[in-house]
Amino acid sequence: MSERQVEVEILRYDPETDQAPKLQSYSVPCQEEWVVLDAITYIKDHIDTTVSFRWSCHMAVCGSCGMMVNGEPALSCKSFLRDYPDKIRIEPLAHFPIVRDLVVQLDDFMEKLNRVKPYIIPKEKKSVSDGQHKQSPAQLKAFNQYTLCINCTLCYAACPQYGLVPDFIGPAAMALAHRYNLDSRDGGRDQRQEVVATDEGVWECSFVGACSDVCPKQVDPAGAIQQMKIASTVDWYKEHLMPWSKP
Amino acid sequence: MEKIQIDIAIVGAGGAGLRAAIALAESDPNLRIALLSKVYPMRSHTCAAEGGAAGVIKGDDSLDLHFSDTVGGGDWLCDQDAVEYFINEAPKELTQLEHWGCPWSREPDGSVAVRPFGGMKIKRTWFAADKSGFHILHTLFQTSLQYPSIRRFDEFYTTDLLVEDGRCQGCTAIEMSTGLMYQFQAKSVIVCAGGAGRIFSFTTNGAIKTGDGMALAFRAGVALKDMEFVQYHPTGLPGTGILLTEGCRGEGGILVNKDGYRYLQDYGMGPEPPIGEPVLKTMELGPRDRLSQAFWHEQRKGNTIPTQWGDCVHLDLRHLGEKKISERLPLVRDLSVSYVGKDPVHDLIPIRPVVHYMMGGIHTDINAATTMPGLYAAGECACVSINGANRLGSNSLSELLVFGKRAALNAIEYISSSGKDVDDAAVTKLANEAQGRITTLFQKSNGTETISGLRKEMTDTMEQGAGIYRTEESLKETCNKLNELRSRFSAVELNDKSNVFNTDLFSALELGAMLDVAETVAVGALERKESRGSHQRLDYTQRDDNNYLKHTLAYHDKTDAPRIDYRDVVITKSKPGVRDYSGGKK
Repeated sequence: MSERQVEVEILRYDPETDQAPKLQSYSVPCQEEWVVLDAITYIKDHIDTTVSFRWSCHMAVCGSCGMMVNGEPALSCKSFLRDYPDKIRIEPLAHFPIVRDLVVQLDDFMEKLNRVKPYIIPKEKKSVSDGQHKQSPAQLKAFNQYTLCINCTLCYAACPQYGLVPDFIGPAAMALAHRYNLDSRDGGRDQRQEVVATDEGVWECSFVGACSDVCPKQVDPAGAIQQMKIASTVDWYKEHLMPWSKP
Repeated sequence: MEKIQIDIAIVGAGGAGLRAAIALAESDPNLRIALLSKVYPMRSHTCAAEGGAAGVIKGDDSLDLHFSDTVGGGDWLCDQDAVEYFINEAPKELTQLEHWGCPWSREPDGSVAVRPFGGMKIKRTWFAADKSGFHILHTLFQTSLQYPSIRRFDEFYTTDLLVEDGRCQGCTAIEMSTGLMYQFQAKSVIVCAGGAGRIFSFTTNGAIKTGDGMALAFRAGVALKDMEFVQYHPTGLPGTGILLTEGCRGEGGILVNKDGYRYLQDYGMGPEPPIGEPVLKTMELGPRDRLSQAFWHEQRKGNTIPTQWGDCVHLDLRHLGEKKISERLPLVRDLSVSYVGKDPVHDLIPIRPVVHYMMGGIHTDINAATTMPGLYAAGECACVSINGANRLGSNSLSELLVFGKRAALNAIEYISSSGKDVDDAAVTKLANEAQGRITTLFQKSNGTETISGLRKEMTDTMEQGAGIYRTEESLKETCNKLNELRSRFSAVELNDKSNVFNTDLFSALELGAMLDVAETVAVGALERKESRGSHQRLDYTQRDDNNYLKHTLAYHDKTDAPRIDYRDVVITKSKPGVRDYSGGKK
């Protein structure tokens, strides 16, 4: 196994002692197959135990370890060192307040996720003894892509609009609203529209598409938001031009 | 110290904890619920489960078959009353998840699809592609958001259970973002904090799986049961230990050694069926313990493939074709390409056995109740004894649903029938003492031991002495080492003196929990002088029902190794027999 010396710069910030964040540099002997997270845990274990960051699964499914790697939002457990030069800069996810070092505050995202009602609002009450819903593979496929969101919030760090307008509900939460709207078991779209078909919702998106570019799970939140815009426009026309068409 | 007064506290917000929380909120909207976790719910390790969840649903299946597969798979160390309850409830819980929106994979007619899994005689594993745990976790988490009575305390590390008058009356937890200690006064506590795979060096488990919940109950005086039974999953990616689901083999994948030979047929799991026509409960669809043990023998025979990450065998999925692999196993393909540079469509995938699951855990009965009034446990941290000496793949996701709910309902029953309130003064005193212990650890200076150093010595000795095959000699060495590490832990060095998200402190607390849990594994294994399921002794190679058809109970000792006791296995209708994975051909 070949080894490579990599200079890893980490943004350090402890609100108890620091006026402002600053970069701290570490020289790390890295194995060729390592990911960026491996270099950071090496620092934690062998060089500086005070570095704070979140991580768990090391397989890109828990969504804990999102960071800015050389300026781009990425999951550090799936960012391979082989794809980076010998100097790497690690910073906390953009657009979120820093709690400490690479740990950011997620309260705003959690609140927005809650607000879009990301759960089945059943068309009709059904008890477990009534058995399962039928859902064809095609009906599943209609929304399945939007179920894949791991809530890593890379898309919020990438979204220029969220950076400018913090009230924007943002890509991941909108994609999850869309996911439930499209589910054949769901009847809650009207309730979600009150949240997403607003100036804080779909109409805030400027369709830069950065969210879909950085999504590690190919959820395509930008596509979801565009589809919601079109559907919301159709709603508007139905309501204003064809009031009789509304059930 | 901030004081939170509630009815029921849940420690852990993964699959079991969320299921419990929803059951509480649904039962009584006026219940005051606190859901604590050291991570945000969606980071919980349930998300890493891939293959699926078992539940009898199809016409060709029966509850009896699921029962006999599970009990035989567990080498008759399962409590059969608990298994029976579990098997009855599992399909209801999986249907409930379907109603909550879980994107289960479907048959062309729109019904939920099932796939074959190891040790199961009939296809009964519900799945959502190969991201079943992820979807179960997110479905539960998102569903839980509609219940305002579930008050979440995300990123709170629980340090102690508060036990007064022999009853569990709450817990203390540190808010990680501020370092502030809170006391949660609760009439009942449900521990759902997951497994402890991190006590080994090579594991599928995420960094958070450090046995915190097990240690909480253990230190409070509740026994840990059957801890020596540690499951090695046969197909982990070398280097990282990333799991490749058993669904790979369920879909028809095969295991071959360096000669391309399907070696499992040499270990009582043959005969070899044609490639692409897997026969249930034989060969690659044998149980995990047998497959991992077969690897060990192949390695000794020199039939494995040396790689930069150690010896491996190959998982071959190529015959499944690109369409099926992408549809049924997309994550496996992604992980394999990314982490070992092998595309399952075209390449053999190097794999090796990897620590995956603790069959043992907090001793609970069929009600998910511990022996301590007010304290319940569910999920991997608990041992309700449905898994016995070896868990069958896809039973654990169903288990956390069934017993998460059961723990909740019984906790409600307990608080309404006992009628006892929290003793504020006494519990506050206990909480202050817990705070004192943390402060002492936090302020200590001039430590001589590092967290990472002690942790490495622990994981190394576990791997060396308490792995797939064990001996008295290897286990004694491991026990001695763990004993030594426990005393050295008191000299651990904490460099980080910040109150804000101090991961140095939490790593130390996690290491303390792991050392306690590791010792119960090693001591339990040393004392169990037989081979059963995942516990294999080279010096006692046979199952010994006369002496060891018993559960091991490990009790905490403040200054010494755990004290070991035993308890009878509940046998209702299946007498111990021969585990046959030969397809009847022997």
